[in-house]
Amino acid sequence: MSVRRALLGFALAIGVALAGTNFPLAAGEHHTPGSPPSAKSSATVADLSDRARSPDWTTRLVNLLTLRDYNTRIVLAGTALLGVAGGVVGTFMLLRKRALVGDVVSHAALPGIAIAFLLAEALAPGEGRRLEVLLLGALVAGLVGVGCVLLIRRFTRLKEDAALAIVLSVFFGLGISLFTIVQDMPSGNVAGLQGFIYGKAAALTALDVKVISICALAALVLAAALFKELSLLCFDEGYAAAQGWSVVGLDLLLMGLVAFVTVIGIESVGLLLVVAMLIVPAAAARFWTDHLPAMTLLAALLGGASGLLGAGVSALAPRLAAGPVIVLAAAVLFGISMFFSPHRGVLARVRERRRLTRRIKRQHLLRTCYELLESGGESITADEATVSLAALEADRDWSRQQLQREIAKAQRDGLFRRTSTDCICVTPRGLDEARRVARNHRLWELYLIEHADVAPARVDRYADLIEHVLEPEVVALLEQQLAGHDPHLQEVPASPHKIASTAATP
Amino acid sequence: MKSPVHLEQQQPSASGEQAPVELAADGIQPLVVEDLTVAYHRKPVLWEVDYVAPTGSLAAIVGPNGAGKSTLLKGILELVPRISGRVQVFGEPYRQQRDRVGYVPQRETVDWDFPVNALDVVAMGLYREIGWLRPVTRKYRQRALEALDRVGMADFAGRQISQLSGGQQQRVFLARALVQDADLYLMDEPLASVDASTEQAIVEILHQLREDGKTALVVHHDLPTVDDYFDQVVLLNMRVVAAGPTAEVFTTDNLRKTYGGKLALLDEAGQRLRLTGDER
Repeated sequence: MSVRRALLGFALAIGVALAGTNFPLAAGEHHTPGSPPSAKSSATVADLSDRARSPDWTTRLVNLLTLRDYNTRIVLAGTALLGVAGGVVGTFMLLRKRALVGDVVSHAALPGIAIAFLLAEALAPGEGRRLEVLLLGALVAGLVGVGCVLLIRRFTRLKEDAALAIVLSVFFGLGISLFTIVQDMPSGNVAGLQGFIYGKAAALTALDVKVISICALAALVLAAALFKELSLLCFDEGYAAAQGWSVVGLDLLLMGLVAFVTVIGIESVGLLLVVAMLIVPAAAARFWTDHLPAMTLLAALLGGASGLLGAGVSALAPRLAAGPVIVLAAAVLFGISMFFSPHRGVLARVRERRRLTRRIKRQHLLRTCYELLESGGESITADEATVSLAALEADRDWSRQQLQREIAKAQRDGLFRRTSTDCICVTPRGLDEARRVARNHRLWELYLIEHADVAPARVDRYADLIEHVLEPEVVALLEQQLAGHDPHLQEVPASPHKIASTAATP
Repeated sequence: MKSPVHLEQQQPSASGEQAPVELAADGIQPLVVEDLTVAYHRKPVLWEVDYVAPTGSLAAIVGPNGAGKSTLLKGILELVPRISGRVQVFGEPYRQQRDRVGYVPQRETVDWDFPVNALDVVAMGLYREIGWLRPVTRKYRQRALEALDRVGMADFAGRQISQLSGGQQQRVFLARALVQDADLYLMDEPLASVDASTEQAIVEILHQLREDGKTALVVHHDLPTVDDYFDQVVLLNMRVVAAGPTAEVFTTDNLRKTYGGKLALLDEAGQRLRLTGDER
């Protein structure tokens, strides 16, 4: 399975980068992330203030493109990794139809952060701001939140959406309350903690990126290893359970992956927006492919691209917070996918519908011509035939303008020739086409009468809906089915019912 | 209305006089359901179901909507919690015999817009055999392709499943069970809303399975075809109204009991039964 290799490749790349990079994490240099900028390592502070002060955005662009700026490198790496991990895990969440679970994890993480801070402060004053501690709190609380959803669903008759909404809002409320308590404490300047709600991608540190890398690595390795199991879970959980796979176990694993991604996303895009990194790239990828491995890889790429794009834009315009811009970048990619995907895209569908409408009108026109000619009310010379506009107009309830428009279009395609103002001449090509259309219509009518017990008086209507989409293979099948009944199938069979226009024409 | 054979088999084991080992002496039964009761949210949907499937039998589960037909299969497969009762598959609990049971769920239970192709779905039947963490290798894909070929769908292996017709989707589901090469098949409405040629193909496969000595329990909704297709019938309406060989059990009288008040349907079915009877 190539996707496993690709995902493991991603993971390997991260691992190599992790091992190879000399992140300034030596013991002496250990700084306390999550705290106000004043406590950051001097290099980061210098970069930050540089960037904020520099008014010249071309310099910033050059800096960005050449990756000269250490801090920019950190931020780009962090957000891209988040995007990749989010895309992969989000693919499964989307297909499991649990798009909102990521939102629950992230909101439920808030009280976890506060509780972890309070606990750490109580045990070892001053240690409360350590990133590992806070993120561990977030992870545990996020999983507890998902556990609550599962419990509510299992032991009450509430549906999943209600359970999600309850857990999401209650945990968030609890988190906000706890934060006010933290704020009232002497040691509890919330500035650092606030960053978790709205994200602070621009202030990511090397340690943050290291944590992000490890979590993304874990998520990718797990997703690659469990690709087959997770896809079975998402497609058909009943069958998975019957085969002896633990659906609960796999679901918990998937939730765990979501929690990983959420926790690393909290740091950069903030807990309010992290769900977007799980769902938007995956949803965008779905537009381009019907192949799960391809969709997973594409979601990873789109997620990574959103991260890079968002962080890049925010580096150029430092007033824009990176988190929201990353989400907007993902949304732009999603929008492009939604409109321009060749098969599932909105534009493709609109185009297809218009083509069908056009074809229906054209075929109606041609069939009416055929019926008029067949009834003998019009004249056929050699291999061309003349039909009067008045007869056409009488048959279809089209206005004269509409009719003229259709005729003009057919003329352009060489099906008709205009001989006089009140007559059209059907060319040989037009006649062929008209014959084919009428034949399809009547084959279908015969089929309905023969095999579906539809009354002859009503088949015209029914066949009308279907004749325009009859593929040649279906027509061949129809011929086969009807072969025993009508020896003249190679030509156009006679209409099985009275044709209105024939009746109207004297 | 149970056949005498049934009563003999059920009563001793229920009273505990006859150990399962002795049942094995005259061939282990593929499926023994005893006193199975299943409830959703404390509301029982299946009451004390007893049924023994003879080896090589092709049995239809028939009953009105909400009779618990699907639930019976899920109860056997331990997909729904049992309140009471015992299920033995080839003489052992289901979880020890998963490899020998192929399950075809109802087609409507999955989202067919899922981004996989027909071959991928069939290969899912082998995931258990492949095991945790191992990838689907070419060897397994080849077997999946052979199973698709058996249901006449080899040409559609690479087609995304939403691009298949309803009948084709049903065949894919059947192939996913066949690829397991199981000995007992549980199928939930495999003939519901499929085209005539698919129905024919599936019935042929069912009969082929029977010839190979396999056993199948099939939820079926179309009364007029029951006696054509199946040699055993389980008439179900929350409890087993009657079960046994089609010839003995599938009577207008039993059908009336099964379908209860739904007389319109029943009378129509009875009419058709009578008609098919006259033809013979």
